[in-house]
Amino acid sequence: MNAREEQMLRKAVSDATLACIHEAEVFLPPDVKAAIAAAYDSEADPVARGELANIRTNISEAERLNLPLCQDTGIAVIYMTVPHCYPVHEADLREAVYDGVRRATLSVPLRPNAVDPVSRQNSGDNTGVAIPPIHIREGSDLTITVLPKGAGSENVSRIGMLLPSQGNEIPAFIVETVLLAGGRPCPPVVVGVGIGGTFDHAAALAKEALLLPIDVMDTYEMEICTAINNLGIGPMGLGGSTTALAVKVKKAHCHTASLPVAVNIQCWACRRATRKVSL
Amino acid sequence: MQAGDTEGEFMKIKTPLGDEILALRAGDSVLLSGTIYTARDEAHLRMMKEKIPFDPKGAAIYHCGPVIQDDRIIAAGPTTSARMNSLTGFLLDAGVRCLIGKGGMSGEVSKSLKGRAIYLAFTGGCAALAASHMKLTGVFYPDLGMAEAIWVIEVTDLPLVVGIDAVGGNLFSRVDERARERYDAWIRDQVR
Repeated sequence: MNAREEQMLRKAVSDATLACIHEAEVFLPPDVKAAIAAAYDSEADPVARGELANIRTNISEAERLNLPLCQDTGIAVIYMTVPHCYPVHEADLREAVYDGVRRATLSVPLRPNAVDPVSRQNSGDNTGVAIPPIHIREGSDLTITVLPKGAGSENVSRIGMLLPSQGNEIPAFIVETVLLAGGRPCPPVVVGVGIGGTFDHAAALAKEALLLPIDVMDTYEMEICTAINNLGIGPMGLGGSTTALAVKVKKAHCHTASLPVAVNIQCWACRRATRKVSL
Repeated sequence: MQAGDTEGEFMKIKTPLGDEILALRAGDSVLLSGTIYTARDEAHLRMMKEKIPFDPKGAAIYHCGPVIQDDRIIAAGPTTSARMNSLTGFLLDAGVRCLIGKGGMSGEVSKSLKGRAIYLAFTGGCAALAASHMKLTGVFYPDLGMAEAIWVIEVTDLPLVVGIDAVGGNLFSRVDERARERYDAWIRDQVR
């Protein structure tokens, strides 16, 4: 790859990042919209129906006005797949993604959310030290996925280092996390769960689980989701039968002496978008 | 479908708010029109230290950090009100009649609302819906930055639910208590 081709590729990665962020901020994926519509149809509580009606109107207003669904445009969590032996250095790909995030901040526009953790000084462009986080793994194509993560739901997420003997207490830990969160994460939520791995990997798995389609659940996920909805927290914590739209679980092997369980809560605006990058 | 398309009746209220709000009860739906002032953590701290830069009598405070571009509201959904729990008393003492946000507020705030003010819940994340009911008319403390400044906003028929009323009714704590009971019952079933 010569210098000109490399420059074109960097531009293509930056463009794809910008396009992903725009799509994710303005248009909810079809499976999420369908889950919210189904919740509205099955909800009997009048206050809950009102909340879900507001959410549905908001979704169509965002599309019509080409504006972000939520003013918390989040931190852009980035997932990339890169083909084997790709001729561009990882650091250059990262820089191209950062460029796309800076451009999106101005053009979508995004609220500048990235601050120094202690001084709280805002960088102004949604980038900073290790922000946005970029997860790179091997894949057949060069792709970019953006998951804009808001703080309201991130702040009520939890990780528990359970004992290996507590395997049957995993559902209770997940349901309790949603109970303690109450109305704060803007329910109805999507619950991303990471089981196993190491302390850090469990959290990464929980977030990756939020990328899975929410219109399918296995029996384990369904049982936990039902237990959550039976709590009656409802949309925005104002009561009702829709507290979670879905529970999604990802697993990894872990140390024989540990059982990490991470629960990453996502508000109803389960935003995500993916683009393939081609020259 | 229209904004706030619910089966319930809406009561229309307008700022400056007066004693009419005392009759509202937790769970009631309202449509709010008039002037609201956005304020988050930093704005509360500044107002406590200096003075409230607008007339607080009958005013409505909106817990919100909007996205503003070219003097236009792009997105303006509510933020988590609980962060302002310990920063709210002086506003109510000064005559503020209404707090708007998401997630509810503490029992302490609930107590200090009694007989004078209410808490209205706006659907979290509904930034585009909010923006289509709002017009920007001014700003205080612009040096605090976009999210933390006080933005003066004219709203028309903003669809809200009374979360905490002026007689101690609190929809959030009612729902929360019931959820805890149901959780405990579910855990007992699990163990059995």
